[in-house]
Amino acid sequence: MIFQTTPSQTVGPYFAIGLPFDVGPFVVPEGTPGAIHITGTIYDGAGVPIPDFLLETWQADPDGRFADMHGHGGVSEIPGFRGFARYGLEDGDGTFDIVTVKPGALPGLGEGQMQAPHIDVSVFARGMLHRTVTRIYFADETEANAADPVLAHVPVERRRTLLAQPTSDGYTIDFRFQGPDETVFFDV
Amino acid sequence: MTEELQAESEADGVRTIYDPIADTPTSYLREPEGAHPPLDFEGYKSTALRHPKQPLIYLPQMITEITGPQLAPVVVGESDHDLTIQHDGEPIGERITVSGRVFDTEGKPLRGTLVEVWQANAAGRYLHRWDRWPAPLDPNFSGAGRCITDDEGRYQFTTIKPGPYPWGNHYNAWRPAHIHFSLMGRAFTQRLVTQMYFPGDPFFPYDPIFNSVRDPKARERMVSSFSIHDTVPNWAAAYEWDIYLRGPGATPFEEAH
Repeated sequence: MIFQTTPSQTVGPYFAIGLPFDVGPFVVPEGTPGAIHITGTIYDGAGVPIPDFLLETWQADPDGRFADMHGHGGVSEIPGFRGFARYGLEDGDGTFDIVTVKPGALPGLGEGQMQAPHIDVSVFARGMLHRTVTRIYFADETEANAADPVLAHVPVERRRTLLAQPTSDGYTIDFRFQGPDETVFFDV
Repeated sequence: MTEELQAESEADGVRTIYDPIADTPTSYLREPEGAHPPLDFEGYKSTALRHPKQPLIYLPQMITEITGPQLAPVVVGESDHDLTIQHDGEPIGERITVSGRVFDTEGKPLRGTLVEVWQANAAGRYLHRWDRWPAPLDPNFSGAGRCITDDEGRYQFTTIKPGPYPWGNHYNAWRPAHIHFSLMGRAFTQRLVTQMYFPGDPFFPYDPIFNSVRDPKARERMVSSFSIHDTVPNWAAAYEWDIYLRGPGATPFEEAH
């Protein structure tokens, strides 16, 4: 390393001027077969919804392929798959709703090791001087979750904070910054 | 590594480790303690209820962390880099250019990466329904810009110098003038949101957000420099600011060379 990184600063309360874009909440184009909604609420340490958060997600498609150009196993074959969502509103109420497809399993670190389906998440907000990073796993992937190398490092009693629960049209998961059900956040 | 990029790197006197487009690092550097401000910082009140109390859990970097979105073609319009031409009239204030290069910590330029900015107007007022302090809005200034870095990692915006403004953190609290920056980098791990400041701002000593970066040298990395060289005669003063994102991890892969 020759240079030091530029330090992070808070996204502040006014990011809605510059960051949201029309199709931000859509990981896949509207109408994509198999598309689901992932919804939830983000709570502060007093249990109050955080209205001015910015949420970003990054994930593989159901075949474990990404949207980017690095070509791990080839680029996703789903037309218009971005793999990325950005959700944040000028006048939010603490909830989010992204449209996506459920990701597939992915290789882990060692030979033959697999990661359970997951979505990487960044949360930014006024009052956060640096982003916070977490992951969404899926409650109905019991076997895959049990073998996941990241969940293995999470204390058993806290793993449920990372599990999205099935709903009629997808999944739901809340993120809590403090309290007994505090979400697990990661150092990446 | 293309011959072209190799030549460019050598011309810059920069050591070549990898081509950020052709090769994907297998991991990105873990950052030292204090590289970024703490999530819990007493001087900045809003952090109190918005930081995790439990320690962060180590996430090994795997495929989801070393890949990342390429949004540039999706979101960047032709004149998005010029915040002074987005309305019928010209905005009020000191016209400036803000430019610089985006590098990783090995000094490799990041080309084709998305840079997004947003800011207050010359009076220090944001075009946002929650900003209610009594400074005027400017009908000719929205305050948002986007651009994509060129082959040398360079970005450039034309804008109006933002004003400082008061906020409610403590009695007589003021934010130094700043422009918010968002960098996507090439991988989830490189994502950065920060603020660019202007040299010599008298509000620096009093701002808990600026001072949440504890190392004075690190704070300096958020401050742009005035550049007479880049100033456009009879048109716009120039500020220059380079941005450094995390570079490849300690185990570089040289196999390809």
